[in-house]
Amino acid sequence: MARKAVAKTAKSNVPELSKEQELAAYREMLLIRRFEEKAGQMYGMGLIGGFCHLYIGQEAVVTGVTMASKKGEDAQITGYRDHGHMLVMGLDPKGVMAELTGRQGGLSKGKGGSMHMFSNEHRFYGGNGIVGAQVSLGTGLAFASKYRGDNTVSISYFGDGAANQGQVYESFNMAKLWNLPAVYIVENNRYGMGTSVERASGQPDFSKRGISFGIDGEQVDGMDVRMTYDAAKRAIEHARSGKGPYILEMLTYRYRGHSMSDPAKYRSKDEVSTMRAEHDPIEQVKQRILEKRYGTEESLKELETEIRAIVTEAADFATSDPEPAASELWTDIYAA
Amino acid sequence: MPTILMPALSPTMEEGKLSKWLVKEGDTVKPGDVLAEIETDKATMEVESVDSGVVNKLIVPEGTEGVKVNAPIAVVLGEGEEPGDVSAQSAQRAPETVSAAAVAEAVASPTPTAPAGVAPVSILEAASDPDLPAGVEMVEMTVRQALNEAMAEEMRRDKDIFLMGEEVAEYQGAYKISQNLLQEFGPERVVDTPITEHGFAGLAVGAAFAGLRPIVEFMTWNFAMQAIDQIINSAAKQLYMSGGQVTAPIVFRGPNGAAARVGAQHSQDYSAWYSHVPGLYVVAPYSAADAKGLLKAAIRSNNPIVFLENEILYGSTGLVPKVDDYVLPIGKARIARQGKDVTIVSFSMGMRYATQATEKLVAAGVDVELIDLRTLRPMDTRTVVESVKKTGRLVTVEEGWPQGGIGAELSAVVTAEAFDYLDAPPTRVTGKDVPMPYAANLEKLALPNVDEVIAAVNAVTYRS
Repeated sequence: MARKAVAKTAKSNVPELSKEQELAAYREMLLIRRFEEKAGQMYGMGLIGGFCHLYIGQEAVVTGVTMASKKGEDAQITGYRDHGHMLVMGLDPKGVMAELTGRQGGLSKGKGGSMHMFSNEHRFYGGNGIVGAQVSLGTGLAFASKYRGDNTVSISYFGDGAANQGQVYESFNMAKLWNLPAVYIVENNRYGMGTSVERASGQPDFSKRGISFGIDGEQVDGMDVRMTYDAAKRAIEHARSGKGPYILEMLTYRYRGHSMSDPAKYRSKDEVSTMRAEHDPIEQVKQRILEKRYGTEESLKELETEIRAIVTEAADFATSDPEPAASELWTDIYAA
Repeated sequence: MPTILMPALSPTMEEGKLSKWLVKEGDTVKPGDVLAEIETDKATMEVESVDSGVVNKLIVPEGTEGVKVNAPIAVVLGEGEEPGDVSAQSAQRAPETVSAAAVAEAVASPTPTAPAGVAPVSILEAASDPDLPAGVEMVEMTVRQALNEAMAEEMRRDKDIFLMGEEVAEYQGAYKISQNLLQEFGPERVVDTPITEHGFAGLAVGAAFAGLRPIVEFMTWNFAMQAIDQIINSAAKQLYMSGGQVTAPIVFRGPNGAAARVGAQHSQDYSAWYSHVPGLYVVAPYSAADAKGLLKAAIRSNNPIVFLENEILYGSTGLVPKVDDYVLPIGKARIARQGKDVTIVSFSMGMRYATQATEKLVAAGVDVELIDLRTLRPMDTRTVVESVKKTGRLVTVEEGWPQGGIGAELSAVVTAEAFDYLDAPPTRVTGKDVPMPYAANLEKLALPNVDEVIAAVNAVTYRS
């Protein structure tokens, strides 16, 4: 692989997480992993339709960033690979899964689907299906923060593919011009659908994409939750303290295809299995938890059982909950 | 659930080949382990284990073609699980998609008289114009002043309202609609943007998600083509996609349609484009009073609004009632003149041709009923249909192109709902079906004009 991204990150001065943080990160990431595996399975059974973009492999990105943010106060927005963001932001797994199956108890009453779930309460603004659109929208969330002077920041996630959209740079320009509290997270999983970064990007180092606007950026090992947390803390602090936007390029990897119907012919099996074997974000935390005796095999197994129960409950709800009433076709088109 | 089912690679896949098993009976598996490879003519995919357990049985041998989706292919037993009767285990099936009958019922029940696919009447219901106090003072002003006053009054009322666009602040507006707003409200609320329509439209929609109430000025609607994705995909659809949770209270406004001698890329009428989109309200006023009352209503609405102005009309004057809060209902047409011989329907700049034609026709003895739609979505078709039931004739006037236009829509509605009352085919006067030419004579030919409106009325009233 041309990207030596993961190897490149220096392991010296790796920030330490506390016991509570390690355990919390492990739990969040495990929930995403098990939830997404279940979603993949349910898709295969025909219970989930249309698009379904799984986050498996990238769990450390949203988990570390959200741990570094003020949950429920700072706004977050992402693209279509969004289930993990919802779970970490605190949206109900049952509601997320039921939205995937298009049921009335889904977070968008079954009218949004995999790519369109939101929560004003948790300040999660989707779930956006148009590649790159969330960057302008997220910059608008930052504009609102500054307009109100409420000391919140806006965190916009987008992929290496979206990073080539024009509106991303229109947004960078305005964010810097108006000094908006915007944190941009490029989730570089190496492939925009089936096209590798090398085949799509003139400047494949996305942390440098803000240079011409005067926006600083850094590359981060996106498979290590300690690194994502630590970098996000710096970036969020930068934005919150009035210094304007900041870019983090998270070097990460998706184990699954772009979507469920992706044959993944554009990359080798070795590449995938090496990433899984050597850089899995969840295994890394698990090893540390055991080494540092933050937990035991037994306690982790208990946690696994607990997570599995949450996912099973979500799946059961999502398969038993009725479809939305036909009358729902006509609601929520206009606000009162 | 110990049974592993044949997964689908896509919603349309019905069967596939189980090409390879990567585990054998007796193997211990954990979540994420690859159990098998399956393939169709289009793709190959791995089947992963979701649970931990021991592979009890491989039901379908590798190399089997035509394995139906959801057929059991293996049994994996979790801790303490016993192998059950596999054949008795019914696969969970996806529910039927909403049946055609259910949709038909949903369409039919709210409004039996509405054409199929049109929203129930309730959301189209608009109040009448407010009664004005007796002896109210009427002030003459330009459409430009009316729009300016509407924004200033609303911005005084609510600090969450801000104006954003190219040259709206320091320059005082490319067409001076935002004159003096910077001086009164300051640069935080009157924001000059870079020339970056896609970006600032999206930014404003994001700010609206967060609860602010942006007014976005496009220097012209021609440039908003750069931003149309954010207007439609982000703003118009947001409430629906979020199941009613996230609103986008935002006004997109600016001059629409042909100006004069600015050529094809700067002379286009977007009325029909935006009126096509559920989730948007589309307003296109003609008079100064309507410009003020409807812009105030638009700014107060909790919905995304496309507010189509017209450069040529900016300088035209009209009487605007001097009341504290002149707010008009969105979605209500105005009957500009009552008559019984023919119904002419228009909006925005088209009203100028229609009004002048009406004056001549009335002088010639034709009793014209003239309707100004004012709002294009929701369209007040009820007022038009009632009028046509009286006159038996419809002529529509618009600057936009004919195909899929506002006149086309009105013709369809009137034909469906007042067919028995029609004494002549509904007739459209539109812009010609060509890009706007630059040459003065050609431009004139491309636009509708008063004579064409008169000719259309003569045709439907069988006068020659």
